[in-house]
Parts: sequence; C-alpha cells; structure tokens
Amino acid sequence: MVNLLSQQLFLFDPLALFFLVVIALVCAPSAVFSIGYLRGEYSKGRSIIATVLLALFVLSMCMVVTAGNLFSFLVFWELMSLSSYFLVVFDYKHEKSVRAGTIYLIMTHLGTASLMAALFILYAQAGSFNFLAVKQAAAVMPVQMRNTVFLLLLFGFATKAGVVPVHIWLPIAHPQAPSHISSIMSGVMIKTAIYGMIRFFVMLLGPGPQWWGILILALAVVSCLVGVIYALMDHDLKRLLAYHSVENIGIILLGIGAAMLFAAKGIFLVAVIGMCAGLYHLVNHALFKGLLFLCSGSVVKATGIRDMEKMGGLIKSMPWTAAFFLIGAMGISALPPLNGFVSEWLTFQTFFAGILQSGGWIKVFMVLCVAALALTSGLAAACFVKAFGITFLAMPRSYRAQEAKEVSVSLKLGMGFLAVMVIIFGVGAGIIATCIARVAQDILGAHESAFSFQWFSLTIATAQAISISPFIIAALLLVFSFGVLSWFMFGLRPKTARYNTWDCGYYALDARTEYTATAFSKPFRIAFSFFLLPYRKSEKIRDSFYHVRSFTYETHTTPLFERHFYGPFLRIVYNIAFKLRKLQPGIINLYLLYIFLALVILVAMTGIFNL
Amino acid sequence: MIPAKIFLLCGQVFFILLFAPLVSGFIRKVKNNLRMRKGASIFQPYYNFVKLFSKNQVVSKHASWIFTATPAIVLSSSLAACFLLPVFRPGLSLNTTGDLLAIFFILALGRFFLALAGLDAGSSFGGIGSSREMFISSIAEPAAFVSLFVIGMNSSSTSAAAVAGEHFFRVSTLLAGFAFFMVVIAETSRIPVDNQETHLELTMMHEGMVLEYSGRSLAIIELAISLKQIIFFTMLSWFLLPFFNDTQWQWLQFPLKLLVISMIIAIIEVSFAKMRLFRVVDYLGFAFFIALLAAVSACMGI
Repeated sequence: MVNLLSQQLFLFDPLALFFLVVIALVCAPSAVFSIGYLRGEYSKGRSIIATVLLALFVLSMCMVVTAGNLFSFLVFWELMSLSSYFLVVFDYKHEKSVRAGTIYLIMTHLGTASLMAALFILYAQAGSFNFLAVKQAAAVMPVQMRNTVFLLLLFGFATKAGVVPVHIWLPIAHPQAPSHISSIMSGVMIKTAIYGMIRFFVMLLGPGPQWWGILILALAVVSCLVGVIYALMDHDLKRLLAYHSVENIGIILLGIGAAMLFAAKGIFLVAVIGMCAGLYHLVNHALFKGLLFLCSGSVVKATGIRDMEKMGGLIKSMPWTAAFFLIGAMGISALPPLNGFVSEWLTFQTFFAGILQSGGWIKVFMVLCVAALALTSGLAAACFVKAFGITFLAMPRSYRAQEAKEVSVSLKLGMGFLAVMVIIFGVGAGIIATCIARVAQDILGAHESAFSFQWFSLTIATAQAISISPFIIAALLLVFSFGVLSWFMFGLRPKTARYNTWDCGYYALDARTEYTATAFSKPFRIAFSFFLLPYRKSEKIRDSFYHVRSFTYETHTTPLFERHFYGPFLRIVYNIAFKLRKLQPGIINLYLLYIFLALVILVAMTGIFNL
Repeated sequence: MIPAKIFLLCGQVFFILLFAPLVSGFIRKVKNNLRMRKGASIFQPYYNFVKLFSKNQVVSKHASWIFTATPAIVLSSSLAACFLLPVFRPGLSLNTTGDLLAIFFILALGRFFLALAGLDAGSSFGGIGSSREMFISSIAEPAAFVSLFVIGMNSSSTSAAAVAGEHFFRVSTLLAGFAFFMVVIAETSRIPVDNQETHLELTMMHEGMVLEYSGRSLAIIELAISLKQIIFFTMLSWFLLPFFNDTQWQWLQFPLKLLVISMIIAIIEVSFAKMRLFRVVDYLGFAFFIALLAAVSACMGI
C-alpha cells in the first residue's frame, strides 16, 4: 500500500491557475452579494451556517482544481459535491428543496461512482496515484481499457457538467439554492467537470483517438440545442438561467471537443484555437451566468417571486439591477462588444480553421456543428429578449412586482463587479485571448501560437487576415450612439410628449393586456413541437354563445427525457427492489442461514483464489 | 496611407448612408409600376425622413430609457457594420476590426434592442412583433452562417476583403447565394416572409415592433433599417455578382449591382403572397438545406 501523504498533494500548473482565477472571479462578488442577500432572509445563526458552508464549498472547488493526485482529486470532488448538497437543501423546510437535493445527490453520486471506477482502473495500471505515473501508464495501456476509462470518466464528468442526457438534476437543483450559491454552482462548480475533462482526456490520457473528440462534439451539439429550447419554454427566471447553463456547457464543449479532435489528428494549431475558444467561453460563462443569477437573486429578494409572468416594470423600481441584468443578457446573447461575442466568434473560427485544415466527412460534420451553434446563439438572443423584456419592461403584472424596491449596496457591488468584468472581457479581448492561448499551449504541449495581437485587433494565426477588434467596435458604437442621442437631445424644435400606449383608442390597457412570456415563446413552441410535444387545456365558461364569462388556458410541454429515459429506468429499479424485498421476510432463522451461507462462500472463495 | 484610407472609408459610409433610403424608394417605385400604378417618387423616403424629423413625438408613459436609447443603438449598430463592409472596392473597409461573422453579430445588437423596445411600451402589438422578429431571425441564423462559411471556404478566409475580392463563379457559391438570398428576404422583412406595407395587427412583424415609435425616433429607425437592407444587399452581391477584375469601372459596379438586386427583390415582392408565419419555418429550413448542399459541394471543391 502506498503512503498517501508521500504523494504530491497539490499541483499548480497553468491549467489549475486558470481555474483558480475563474473561481476567484465569481466567488468573490458572490460572497459580497451574500452579505446583503442573507440579511433579513434568514436568522443570524443560519446566516453563519450558510457562510461557513459557502467557504467550505469554495475551498473544496479550489482544491479540486489543484489536486495533485488521483486520490486527493476524488476526496476533494466528493467534498465539493457534499458541501453543495447542503447548500441546495439550505431551505430545508420547503419540500421542493429537499426533493431537488435528493435528485442532485443521486445523480452526482452516480457520476462519482463511475469516476471512482475509472480512477481505480488507472491506479491499478499505474501503481501510483500520481498524475505523472498515470500519464506514463496511460501511454502503454491497452486500447480497450483506455476507451473504457474514457467512457467512465465521461459519464462522471458529464453528470457534473449537466451535459444533455444526464442534465436533469441541473435545472432542478440550481434554482433551489440561495441565489449566490446558484451563481457559484452554475458559474463555477459545473466548470470543475470541464477541468476534469481537460485534465484527464487531454493531458493524462493523451490525445486519444478521433472518436473521443467527435463524441464530445456530438454531445455538445445536443446540449446546446436542448438546453436553449427548454430555456425558451421556461418562465421561472432561475430555472431559465439553469437551462442556459446546459446550453453554454455545450458551447464550451464545442471548443474543447474540437481541440481534442484536432489534437488527435495532429493539427495542433487548430487544437490550440479550439482550446482557447473553449476556455474563453468557460470564463465568460462564469462571469455572465454568475451575474445573471445574482441579478435574479436581487429580483427574487425584492419581489419574493420567481415566475416571470408575475413580474414586469422592474426597470423603473430597480434601475441598477435592470442595467446589470441587461449587460449579462447582452453578454450571453453574444452581442458585440461584450464577452460572449468574442468567445462565440472564436468557436466559429475554430470550426472554420478546422474545415480548411481537414478533409472528407469531418468537414461536413464541422459545418453541421456551425449550424447548430448559429441556431443556438439565435435562440439564446430570443430567450433573453423574453427574459429581460417580460421581467423588467412595461407594466408590473402583480402587486409584488409593483411594490419592489431597489436592493442594498452589497448586492449592487457584487453585481456591478461582474458587470464590469463582462465588459472588460469583451473589450479587452486581445490581451485576455493571448493569456488564455498560453494556457492552451501548455495544456496541449504545443508550440503554435494561435493569435497575434496588435492595434487592438486579435488576429487568428491560420488563414489570411481573419481578425476582430471588440475595442474598435465598442468605440464605433459608443461614438455613433452618443452622436445620435445628442442630436436627439439638443435638436431644436420638436418636443416629446408622454402619453398612453397606442391601444386602438379603447384607453383600457393594463397589465392584463400585456404580452406574456408564454405568448412570446409560442412560435418557438410550435416550431419545435416535434421535440417539445406541447399540449394545452382550455376551458370557457359562457353566459351565451357570444359572451364568454371566464376563460382558462394552460399549456405544458412534455418532459421527454424524464418520461422516456429516466421513467423506464426508475421503473426497472423499483421492480428489482420490490422483488428483492422477498429476501427480507423478517424471519430470524432465515437471516442466520444467510450469514452462514455468506461465510461458506467467502471461505470457499479464499480457498479458490489462494491456490 | 492609413489616414487616406480612413478618409475614403468615412466617405464611403457617408455615401451609403445617403444612398440607403433611395434603394427603398426605388424598390417601392418598381413594385408600383409592375402593378400598373404610378407610385410615389423614388425620393419619397427622403421626404418622409424630413417630415418625421420635424414632427413632435409621442412616447408611451410606460416606456423606459430602453425605448429612448434604442433608435441610437440601432442606427449605430448599422453604421458600425457599414465600416466593416467593403463596398466600392474589396479592400476598402476596417479589415482588422471584424469579418463577415462580426457584421452579422453587430446587426444582431440592433435587432436585440428593437425587440426590447417592442416590449417596452406594454402593447401587445409590440410584443407580437418582437416575438416573431426574434423567431424568424433565429431560425434564419443557421442558413445565414452556413452560407457565409461557404464563401469563406471558397476564399480560405472569412474576412470581408478576401471574400469580396473573389472573382470566380462557383457552383457552391451560387448555391450558397441562393440560400443567402432567402435569408436576406427574411431579414429585410419582405414578402413572402413579412410585408412592409401592411399595418394589419395579425400580419405585421417588423412594423408591429416599431409601432410605438413616432417623430424623430421613427425617422432614425427607418434610416437604420434601410442601412441594414443595403448591408444585406451588398453581402448578397458577393455571392451572386462578384467584383469584375477591372479597376477602371470598379466604382460603378456597386450601384449597378444594387440596381439588379433591387429589381429582383421588387419582382419577387409583387409575384408572391405572404406566407403564414409557420410556413416560414419550412421556407427557412429549405434555405438551410440549400446552404448545406452548398457546403457539401464546397467541401468537394466545386
């Protein structure tokens, strides 16, 4: 038996440091946010517990990404899962929280079990927990075993990251935690799974066969589309954001999967660009998703509701929160010059470079990835028009939304910091991308530099002169906007009158006649009905044929994965459990027989194996 | 060298800005003549602009600063996209600031704010317009990006200068051009996808979204929209009508191409009926498959 303490416990390489920066960028403002958020919401004692758990959670994430051997990685991973479980069930008096926590616990442990199996296989091969020894052993491992390890690890990490077939815990658990925890879970925790993928698939198991990359790209495409389509259908503000995490994990994996594919093909230049795109989108998603969850936390604190259909008009009562949410929404919708634009553009350029550098059906596959990414970014923009428009604009749709007040300073500070970061990571793209490129080079062990950076423009190092400069775009936009606005403000004669919204002359517009989130997403519900399978129920109570006294309308979509994937699986588990129950009839003689039989079998086995 | 280029570029953008309403006026004139009507003068959009600009405007009581800021943001996004667009000759644009994809992303910024402004006043017309505009533009996105990738593949770069500098006709480029043409019709809200002439509640999309605007704001938005239209027509001309490799008449090529594309658009507008909203999915799905076909043929090198 190896002495665990003699192993290298921590490892600080560029990859680990990059993730530490991401963790710090999101956790620090979330912690500041929590000061004001917990006050008034929970008693003092419970606030202290929440803060201690938060610290433990953040610490465990830091240790996961800096773990230096398999064993410590697994221990810290489990610590992270457990501390986040306690934060998910923090509102333990709500039945929903406990249920969400249970689903989270089950899913995450399925993942951990598969990770454990994979890591023990690696340990058995290497004879040591050390990453270096594992890397050497992986190089000479039989192919089938390497593939088995890959698939086991993929299942484990995909569960944590919320990749599509195993995503169901994410939209249930993330919204249920207190909002600053949702922001850390969605912003950072699911990224530790991406860390694991990069560490194991790229660095330790080496560039694997091409199908690894293709499998990850395929999963990524499915995650993108499914995530964003479900997000469009959801009108719970926090759950909508959680579904967007599924989508954005897909976009991150598009970059990483392309990097794996091209590293396997030996085209390291494209691999470096892909890795940069993935890592850049990773930090961007951490920033804007952290920001959006904090903003939704402010909204929830101010109104006490999460249902978008009951909100509206908050831009007037909560101007700061609205502005921060708008910045986050623009970032996640990939609008220039903010950060999401840069990383999605880089992902597109990865595929473009990949198409130029590869041949055969891989090219066509890349084009399909491009189409999926384009559709995803279009739908994401539509979804955030809905989220911002329905939540913050027009008239309040309920009393609670009407009475909302702007939140306190510490909440604004937390949100403001992230909003500024979203802008900086967009406008300063050149500097940041060159930093990230260095991390990517270290990960892939490549020497090709992916970008050059001069005159505020970031140029891709492959084909001729493909470059962007968010800085100059920002400058152009600002100059023209201010130009037009001042032309407006200081133009001479015509005046502006404030009057009712045009309503065809009835003068009876109120909150009930406003457009709703359900109506906004209706075209999408119909266009994607082959996947969403919507059904609706309407009920009219009539006074006469012409006069309808009351009308109720409900529409739902069918949760496909729960019904066709998890439902049958759970039924099988229950069936087996019910059959196994017969083994335990409560007769003590039978139990004694079991013990005796177990003993006999064990003795027999030792006899056989010691021969 | 660089100051001279900047000077020329600003001149080019200014020219497009002046020229943009004329294209709308021209299309309207051709449509009217094809329908055996006399029609308004082709300068009508300019008269409208002046009229709207000198009028008082009414802003809804429920609207926020988003509503006020949107015209400025929409116009500036169209103008910023113009700077990335080589018009008169292939090299004349801010080439290091963005490529084809960046132009698309920048135009998306203006659309995002227009859709928000549609929701801002709390009217259902605005809401229905925003919802449908975002729906159509997001469904159009795959076809648009794949066809942009195809011309990018054919000239080994997605930079606008390289793409606009291609002189060859290829099967894949023409196919992609057909797909992009269908996208352009959807993006510039023309028949058979949308109808700019109607103000019927149930059919309007783009017009519904800007229904609350009046006076100067409306003038600015209409200018921005005609600018966006000219940007899309220019991009379309790279697919279907590439630059002739002739430096002497280079400057004249652009107006001629616009003339041809505007004529085609006008003829299509008078000869089709507007589709139902959910047929647009099939329409854009068809565009996507054409684009995919173009991509496959570009992969084969034709």
